Amino acid sequence: MADVGSACLAVALLTAAYAVLASVRGALSGSRRWVTSGRRAIYCLAALTVGAFAILESAFLRSDFSYKLVAEGSSTDTPTFYKVTAVWATQDGSLLLWSTLLALFASAVLFLTRRSLREIAPWATAVLAVVAGFFLLLMVGWENPFDTLASPPAEGAGLNPLLRHPAMMIHPPMLYTGYVAFSVPFAFAIGALITRRTGADWIRATRRFALIAWTFLGTGIMLGALWSYTELGWGGYWAWDPVENASLMPWLIGTAFIHSIMVQEKRGLLKVWNVSLICATFALALMGTFLVRSGILDSIHAFGASTIGVQFLIFIGLVVAASAALIVSRLPDLRSEARLDSLLSREAFFLLNNLVLVALCLVIMWGTFFPLISEAITGTEASVGPPWFDRLTTPLALVLVLLTGVGPVLAWRRVTWSSLRRILVVPLAAAAVTFAGAALLTDAADSPPSLLMFTFVAFVLAVVTQEFARGASARRTITGEALPRALVRLAGRNRRRYGGYLVHAGIAVLFLGVAASSAFIEQRDVRLSPGDRFEVNGYDVTYRRATASLGGDSAGTGAPISLGAVLDVRRGDERFTLRPSRNYYSTQDPTRGVISRFFEGEATSEVDVRWGLRKDFWLAVRPDLNELTPAIRKGDREFSKSPTDVQAIVIAALAERYRTNPPPAAFRAIVSPLVVWIWIGGGIAVLGALIALWPSPEARLRRVRSLYAARLGRELSRA
Amino acid sequence: MDPARKRKIRLVLTLGIAVCLAAALLYTSFSASTEASKPSELQPGRSYEVTGKVVKSSVEHEGDRLRFRIRDRDGTESVPVLYSGVVPDPFREGREVIVSGELRDGTFVAERDSLVTKCPSKFTKDKSSA
Repeated sequence: MADVGSACLAVALLTAAYAVLASVRGALSGSRRWVTSGRRAIYCLAALTVGAFAILESAFLRSDFSYKLVAEGSSTDTPTFYKVTAVWATQDGSLLLWSTLLALFASAVLFLTRRSLREIAPWATAVLAVVAGFFLLLMVGWENPFDTLASPPAEGAGLNPLLRHPAMMIHPPMLYTGYVAFSVPFAFAIGALITRRTGADWIRATRRFALIAWTFLGTGIMLGALWSYTELGWGGYWAWDPVENASLMPWLIGTAFIHSIMVQEKRGLLKVWNVSLICATFALALMGTFLVRSGILDSIHAFGASTIGVQFLIFIGLVVAASAALIVSRLPDLRSEARLDSLLSREAFFLLNNLVLVALCLVIMWGTFFPLISEAITGTEASVGPPWFDRLTTPLALVLVLLTGVGPVLAWRRVTWSSLRRILVVPLAAAAVTFAGAALLTDAADSPPSLLMFTFVAFVLAVVTQEFARGASARRTITGEALPRALVRLAGRNRRRYGGYLVHAGIAVLFLGVAASSAFIEQRDVRLSPGDRFEVNGYDVTYRRATASLGGDSAGTGAPISLGAVLDVRRGDERFTLRPSRNYYSTQDPTRGVISRFFEGEATSEVDVRWGLRKDFWLAVRPDLNELTPAIRKGDREFSKSPTDVQAIVIAALAERYRTNPPPAAFRAIVSPLVVWIWIGGGIAVLGALIALWPSPEARLRRVRSLYAARLGRELSRA
Repeated sequence: MDPARKRKIRLVLTLGIAVCLAAALLYTSFSASTEASKPSELQPGRSYEVTGKVVKSSVEHEGDRLRFRIRDRDGTESVPVLYSGVVPDPFREGREVIVSGELRDGTFVAERDSLVTKCPSKFTKDKSSA
């Protein structure tokens, strides 16, 4: 089957090349047959990559270790759920996932636009085929996921334990979907530039794809943060790590793009800006994929030097150079159709929000690449840490949240003072009350940026609530509907508008969580023996007893040994029990003894979190194995020749010894206020985005009617 | 005011803000950065971010603290490290780590919680422990 997989990829590469040639020829000659053929080649490409992906996935599920990837990234004792995900834990597998998703998205958009955008679509087809071809070329030429081993091992190395977390099942595909979906608007923007059809047609055709990309990328980032919080054992959700930054940058520029295309749609402004933004977004998405692979920046994600870094860099360089050259050559076609009438208008505020988002992205980019920059300038490699990022991004984030509230309620073209007063009185009052309340009743004043953020969040939420209330009450006076029905109808009839409001509310809630948890987090690291107690943030924590289990890891990640602790937590009437543990995975390393190989392989923290709307109690444990080491070494010597079931008994005895006679263990306890609102806010934003994305029945009806009217008009004119 | 003049003022303002931002970036990043260096390059009295490999069988737990030696990626010269705080999950002998701190009396005293472990290659088989 591996040969079939390789063949699928090789044929897919040829198909992509054919799609480029056929589409370009069709576009130049105006021949519909060539254009159709190019489009169908993309469908074919999708079928081939899906086939290849299915073959690889089935190899993982069957644990066929004759595949190099399966032998390196999976094992028979890896739980089925993680066998499925192990496909994209490998470099080759994730390249295949990228190409498959790209081919599927390309097919979807080309199918939807098959009867429209006759000039632009063939060029967009060619661009999408070039991108798909690049990824296929990487696989065919350098990183074939279907490489086989001449002598397959009896057992595979297993999936890296750090990746055994439910969020890892969906986090990478979500990010990739986001990255990939941005290539759709990019391809159409390039098509629009080549054909000089720089109106809003390409935007209308691909707007939904940009929003899909934005939603997926955002969800992927949120899930990554959740994984970091609950799996990595350090208690944070964001570390300004280069790879995190790499996923955030295209998301920020993509956010700017989603806003600024509205200005072009409504007012015909910002054309150069829009095509530049989408080209930058796509280049940054490629950069995100590249940074994970290349290892040029030190990061927890920098997974060793890769073989395809240079190829990626060349491709990114080509994309940037070609897009820039194309935009410059089309400048005369990109002139605005109107003027900015007033600085107090929605378009001006959208422009301001764009500038802030781009500035934020530049700051993050500078910090991420600073090691390279400083090495180039001063000759020594230096890096900036999270405090630097925090200091520079905080003011920008504050402005951004404020704009989140102001922007969407301003009118296009020009706002009058009286309407401004009507819109802003209630939200400003809400903000003032929050400011006073938070400053007087809580400790929020200890952190001025957080206090400001709380105020701005209240402002945004008040703006959104007011918009919903006004809209719903207007509906009720006209139709006499009940309030819930009026709200649903209201959002249903103006999905983009009210979906957008919800997204803004979600982002504000997210920042509430960020501001509260980053400024008012309390953390303690302690070393305890059973019976010891400590206090953190008013919680009284007692280490009751140690636990040890074999093959009984609660999260189902397939860890052979897991050592943990049971702790009682009390605060006033509130009592709960936490059971953090640490999973030990065996290593295949032959230089380790037969027993120590079970204790000296990878280990991961299984954090226990008591989630709460007001605050989280987060607890991790790190058992100290030093006192077991002599016994483990002795076991290595005495039982090296024993059958595996005897060795299993020895390991069970060691675990039992840890349980009954535990040495002191290190604990980290974190009390983090409102942190769960980060993910609740993210959820609200995703819900809003889905509402905005969902096609409304009226729009479909309008489209059908206009098609009908056009046909009628044609027939009448012919008659 | 005529529109051309107005636009010129706007342009100057925007450029001014951009220049300020760029200057802030330059200034803060160079003043806040820590130098990355190899264990063999350390001098006393300056703060560093050291990247190196954990020397085999050098890791000792000493109460809350951790003692280990790190060496250059491709060299033998090593320096003892005294570290306290959270040890990342992938920390192992033979792995590459990054840690910040300064040299005092021949020992690299690390800042609390500054230890970062390079991920043991998610995509390729871990060769460092072999």
